[in-house]
Amino acid sequence: MTSAIEIRGVSKRFRLYHEKYTSLKERVIHAGHVPYEEFWALKDVNAEIPSGKTIGILGRNGSGKSTLLKCLAGILQPTSGDVVVRGQLAAMLELGAGFQPELSGRDNVYLNASLLGFTKKDIDRRFDEIVAFAELEKFIDNQVKYYSSGMYVRLGFAVAVNVDPDILLVDEVLAVGDERFQRKCMDRVQQFQHDGKTIVVVSHSPDMMRQTCDDVMVIDRGELITYAPPGEAIRAFRDRLVDSGFALPTDVGETVTDGVSSSIFTVKNRTVQIEEIAFEYPEKKDRPYIVTGEPLEVRVEVNVKEKVAGASFNLSVLDETGGMLFTSDAGTSRSGLLLEQGKKIISFDFSEVPLLDGRFLVNVDIRDSGGVVLDLSEQSAYFEVMNPGRATGIVAMPLAVRVSDADGSQLLESVQ
Amino acid sequence: MLTSEKLTSAQSGGELPARVVSAKTTLGSRLLNIWQARELLLFLIRKELKVKYKGSALGFLWSMLNPAIVLGVYYVVFKYFLKSSIPDFALFLFSGLIVWNFFASALQGCASSVVGAAGIVKKVAFPREVLPLAQVGTALFFFCLQSLVLILFLAGFQFAPAWSYLPLVLFGLIDLIILAAGVGIFLSALNVSLRDIEHLIQVLLQAWFWGVPIIYSYNTVYDLFLRHPSIKWLSAVYLADPVTSIVLSFQRALYGHVSYTTLTPVAKLVSGHLKYVNTRVTTIVLATYPYHFLVELLVIVLFVAIGVFIGAVKYFGNVEGNFAEEL
Repeated sequence: MTSAIEIRGVSKRFRLYHEKYTSLKERVIHAGHVPYEEFWALKDVNAEIPSGKTIGILGRNGSGKSTLLKCLAGILQPTSGDVVVRGQLAAMLELGAGFQPELSGRDNVYLNASLLGFTKKDIDRRFDEIVAFAELEKFIDNQVKYYSSGMYVRLGFAVAVNVDPDILLVDEVLAVGDERFQRKCMDRVQQFQHDGKTIVVVSHSPDMMRQTCDDVMVIDRGELITYAPPGEAIRAFRDRLVDSGFALPTDVGETVTDGVSSSIFTVKNRTVQIEEIAFEYPEKKDRPYIVTGEPLEVRVEVNVKEKVAGASFNLSVLDETGGMLFTSDAGTSRSGLLLEQGKKIISFDFSEVPLLDGRFLVNVDIRDSGGVVLDLSEQSAYFEVMNPGRATGIVAMPLAVRVSDADGSQLLESVQ
Repeated sequence: MLTSEKLTSAQSGGELPARVVSAKTTLGSRLLNIWQARELLLFLIRKELKVKYKGSALGFLWSMLNPAIVLGVYYVVFKYFLKSSIPDFALFLFSGLIVWNFFASALQGCASSVVGAAGIVKKVAFPREVLPLAQVGTALFFFCLQSLVLILFLAGFQFAPAWSYLPLVLFGLIDLIILAAGVGIFLSALNVSLRDIEHLIQVLLQAWFWGVPIIYSYNTVYDLFLRHPSIKWLSAVYLADPVTSIVLSFQRALYGHVSYTTLTPVAKLVSGHLKYVNTRVTTIVLATYPYHFLVELLVIVLFVAIGVFIGAVKYFGNVEGNFAEEL
């Protein structure tokens, strides 16, 4: 397969001026010292975008994803490296960019399409189609300044998608117009995919990526971290999200030592100490995450300092924001067991994890027969799930879709 | 920014043309890109013209108002207040003024062209040079309108231009367009980082205007420089102004009177008495350069203009990568 876009060692440096002197007068006054900081928005990004695929660029705000898109579009020049683009490219960074309010819709279609690099012949041929798509037949000869904002954006979108580029770059602009028009836009994007065109979408919404993209690039702090199928890429993205600023403890080994006071329980006498929480799953050696539907064992190592009678063990699973997804029934784990001194290992076995993707936190506590918490580990351990499919949400609910005629003959069956 | 449109079908197996976005672009690829955007250039010029006079009843007539007033004011002031002795002063003025009007309005338009189009520069990729070039095109359109008026003027006054010198007008115009485009492209790029260039250029143009023999006769100033040994070198500077060469050519072809002769009463001693005698006095209005010298001047200007243009495109290419972030 040929590549539609080759990104070869692209770096982009921005200069952040503390105070920018943009006039000759100010330059003369402040001659010599204009303080600025260098900032690399992109650092040596290498990637190839195969033609006919839909590729997502995922990253937080300020990660460099839009800079990369602008480099692909040719709006920004990379500081070093280059981008090879094969085919006619249309970038939808802002719909109706360059529309002149004083001109008619018709003139603007020609101007806008020719800005995008299309010839007058191309535009002549598709003009009616563009107008019909934008649903502006009646207003096309009116000045654009009398258009509503919806009409304005519709016309912009219609131009960008109807001039039939080989490569379409989209920057989170698909949410335009009313719901009906949005659906029309999505249909057009799907038709694009169907026609084997290359699409590059920039977004910070993992769900959108999962649903539309074949592969996803994850950009963080100007670096390309992952370029993989959506499930894997989104997991890496979440990883980064957590690592950088999202206040979650990440050290699994560390337990309650200083997290106790914030907890609703107070540990009075630490006769039992949770020492380690580990996660066991089939392919642990190969990857640091489990895949939706796999079994999971949570192994908790405790150090019993004094004998405990009637100890019980509880486990909760929380989502990243701390929302409770599951708490074990205290009754099932009430063993009435007499824990002798020494190291003990408690296993919580899930035969299958019906979670879609994300990072999930685990709380573990140990209580005595009276319900007094002997020790707990709160939100200090987590496991990650990668969802290889396209379903989005939190819970994996196995689903089959059947379509039948009234007489019972089956037309379609699909299992997700 | 958008670089060479090389067909790489042979080596890559794809049938689509490849384009390279890179910081390193060659002059050739830049010029090719501008050439390929010629349709866009026409659309932009049309836009300029439509936007400028949309919604005004008199439309393009307004565009003639400014030059007409300038012409009228200079005419009255110099003919009647300052008693310019140049015959058919209005035509003399007009034939130089259309050159200047084109040059000045092109440069002023160019200076703010990229900054003024920040919205599209930040969002759409296209050869940005077309923005200043569209301003030159717009100025050229008004130049043509004014030329039409000038022709009507000539016809109305039954004033014959110097037919044999007319090719100079075409040659001069080509020089003028290339020169204005070069300086304009340079200014448009410079104005992105130094925003007061567009104001500065207006002031500079005002001074420059008086340095070009449009209202006064070329010889008045040239001879003045020559007469004073200490500033003799200024005469060379004066002639070196490319706009002056172009204006001289226009005046030579369209106005045509190199000199005129009048019968002026001159005091003379006639048989011991002082008497006023009507004497033929010849005054030189235009430069007395022969045709081939003017052609040589225009050839030099052409080389200068092309040099300026190439330098400007190179400079533009070097700083263009920062436009989207500086605007």
